[in-house]
Amino acid sequence: MIRPRHYTSAHEDFRTSVRRFMERECLPHRDEWQAAGRTPRELWHKAGEAGLLCTKVGEQFGGGGGDLYHCLIIIEEQTRICFNELTFYLHSDIIAPYIELYGTEDQKARYLPKMAAGEFVAAIAMTEPGAGSDLQAIRTTARADGNGYVLNGQKVFISNGQVGNLIVVAAKTDSGAGAKGISLFLLETDRADGFTRGKNLKKIGCKAQDSSELFFDNVRLPPESLLGGVEGQGFAQLMRRLPEERLIMAMSAVANMEEAVTETVSYVGERKAFGQRLGDFQNTRFKLAEAKTKATLARTFLEYGIDSFIDGTFDATQGAMLKWWTTQRQNEVADECLQLHGGYGYMTEYEIARRYADSRLGRIAGGTNEIMKDIIGRTL
Amino acid sequence: MSAVAHSVSGAFVSKLPYSPEHEIFRAQARRFFETEVAPMQAEWDTARITPRSIWKRAGELGFLCPRVPEAYGGMGTDFLFSAILTEEQVRAGAIAPMISLQSDVIAPYIVLYGTEEQKTRYLPKMTSGDCIASIAMTEPSGGSDLQAIRTIARKEGDHYLISGQKTFISNGINADMVIVACKTDAGAGAKGMSLFLVDTDAPGFSRGRNLKKLGQHGCDTAELFFDNVRVPQTALLGGEEGRGFAQLMDRLVEERLMASIASAAMIDRALGMTIQYVKDRKAFGQRIIDFQNTRFKLAEAKTEAMVVRVFLEACIADFMEGRLDAATSAMLKYWSTEQQCAIVDDCVQLHGGYGYILDYPIARMWLDGRITKIYGGANEIMKDIVGRTLGGRNAR
Repeated sequence: MIRPRHYTSAHEDFRTSVRRFMERECLPHRDEWQAAGRTPRELWHKAGEAGLLCTKVGEQFGGGGGDLYHCLIIIEEQTRICFNELTFYLHSDIIAPYIELYGTEDQKARYLPKMAAGEFVAAIAMTEPGAGSDLQAIRTTARADGNGYVLNGQKVFISNGQVGNLIVVAAKTDSGAGAKGISLFLLETDRADGFTRGKNLKKIGCKAQDSSELFFDNVRLPPESLLGGVEGQGFAQLMRRLPEERLIMAMSAVANMEEAVTETVSYVGERKAFGQRLGDFQNTRFKLAEAKTKATLARTFLEYGIDSFIDGTFDATQGAMLKWWTTQRQNEVADECLQLHGGYGYMTEYEIARRYADSRLGRIAGGTNEIMKDIIGRTL
Repeated sequence: MSAVAHSVSGAFVSKLPYSPEHEIFRAQARRFFETEVAPMQAEWDTARITPRSIWKRAGELGFLCPRVPEAYGGMGTDFLFSAILTEEQVRAGAIAPMISLQSDVIAPYIVLYGTEEQKTRYLPKMTSGDCIASIAMTEPSGGSDLQAIRTIARKEGDHYLISGQKTFISNGINADMVIVACKTDAGAGAKGMSLFLVDTDAPGFSRGRNLKKLGQHGCDTAELFFDNVRVPQTALLGGEEGRGFAQLMDRLVEERLMASIASAAMIDRALGMTIQYVKDRKAFGQRIIDFQNTRFKLAEAKTEAMVVRVFLEACIADFMEGRLDAATSAMLKYWSTEQQCAIVDDCVQLHGGYGYILDYPIARMWLDGRITKIYGGANEIMKDIVGRTLGGRNAR
């Protein structure tokens, strides 16, 4: 019943090339990257060459000039090989838009083509040890100092923080001004004395996604590193991006749910117990029917969201609803599907085990689901 | 006015093809249900039946069988008119009478499968409210498992003799005509089943008790008995034996869609009244809505309402284009009714003690809603239908 209005045959061609890339360049190395806790830089160069990075960025900046479906396709194809890490879409569809939408002409010209080529790998640093969803509580400061800024502070849980060489940093430029005192800075790690990376944090899932502590000790930033060139815009810039970011998170949740159901249907069709296939037990069929229903509703809800986004009616409330609902259901579906795998479901060589662990992030990242409910609750 | 102007899913934008005619019809329906139907609910609940006069009145105003072709007394409208009627009846808080049963469940059997004579005989009267109809499938020993029915129609010359017993039959006390599922060939399984249009003044037909139910008190629900009821050959729906099971199965998709339209409207109504209640009511020095738990619970319910609405509209659009399949409609029915019951239960909780008092509509909704997970095929049957499409021994 899903008939995306804006999905074309060009998207299908793109899917073919993405699938080939995932199967050739990612699947053979996935386990090794997960063991290493990070992706290698050469992957990013290859992805850039293959046209997988910054697909939605304008062609004048070296991007693909595509739309949200290009993002969805990459997520779906990554999910298909159980490579659920944020990696590409974080770089391309969450971070690049900050520069494309808010950056100065110089910033766009300097960063976007190289991001599309994989020469710059981007991270965004908002969360701090003392401030997660409560962004206004950040303590990292960027003090104006002569011709430029001096950055001091510390960030944590920063995805792409180990492999990234371009970091968008949220900092206070005016500690007394609340939300209006926050600004975003573009920090090139190769040109930043006083910048250090801390541990690559160990996580329960998404293991090939590096997640880092970052430290800023009197890092001098040139004036042109201020995103958009105007102080105090950071909070508004972040807030405006959140609905789309949450829509993108829902894509991952929906794709994972669908894969989990497909894998489990296949498993229960083969595995036998007590003389019959698992799929022949009524409980199995009912549990899978429930999971399939959730996945189908989630896909319909996602398509409605994408449609609304393209029509320009997608808002913060919708983003919040879509994000919490799909990630919550994703967790339920992953858990039920794992259960149907029995002991094998607990073994990480089975994809369902990884999907289960990977999916747990969805309810926390991008604003916890509690924050989502708060956003919706406020509209009452 | 949008299709769901009353919906609490504020951000939802309907993409269904509603026209100004639909909106005029909606306004008329709203007035009817608010002024002539809702105020009578308590009286009808006590009587456990609706008077014939309200059926006549609904017919007079064009609120019965709007989709029936004009040639047979209807208005020949599209499906959305039926959706509007159900939404507005629910919105007004009027459970009885079961208008949609007459218009959307029973009339289509005659429109789609009936002979010309059957259409002419029944449809104009069903549309005017002169004929109240019901459909009798379930028996004491067979509900969702329809093939297990035991009522038989034995051919004798140019007549049939119907013997058996039915139960849980909505509109059964009021009914002037009952569509009865019978076995015409006991050895032929599903293909041995036929539907008959039985007038309730036929000798041998009798009604049992008006059954007492948990909710939906204003709707009569009957046991029906058939003791060698003699009906002419022309009472066989469509004039051909053995078509009954297929006819029933063909109709299920739409029946489940209608059930979900009611569920979505119930959810909207429950949420609307609960949001109002928690804004008015205070506890521990603040409004109930000022507690974080209240806001989170309502945020969850509001999201669930949105998800149901989005899926429902996608299904309605598919249905109107003739491609809503059995599995998808089963998902819709199962999910929307489960959500309805869960949300209404949460809403009762947010009402505190008042939620348990029948003077409060939310308490009534809690009782009225429970049947939705059972009727139209129990939700377990829905899961079975969906499960079969996924593979496994019973895969189709």
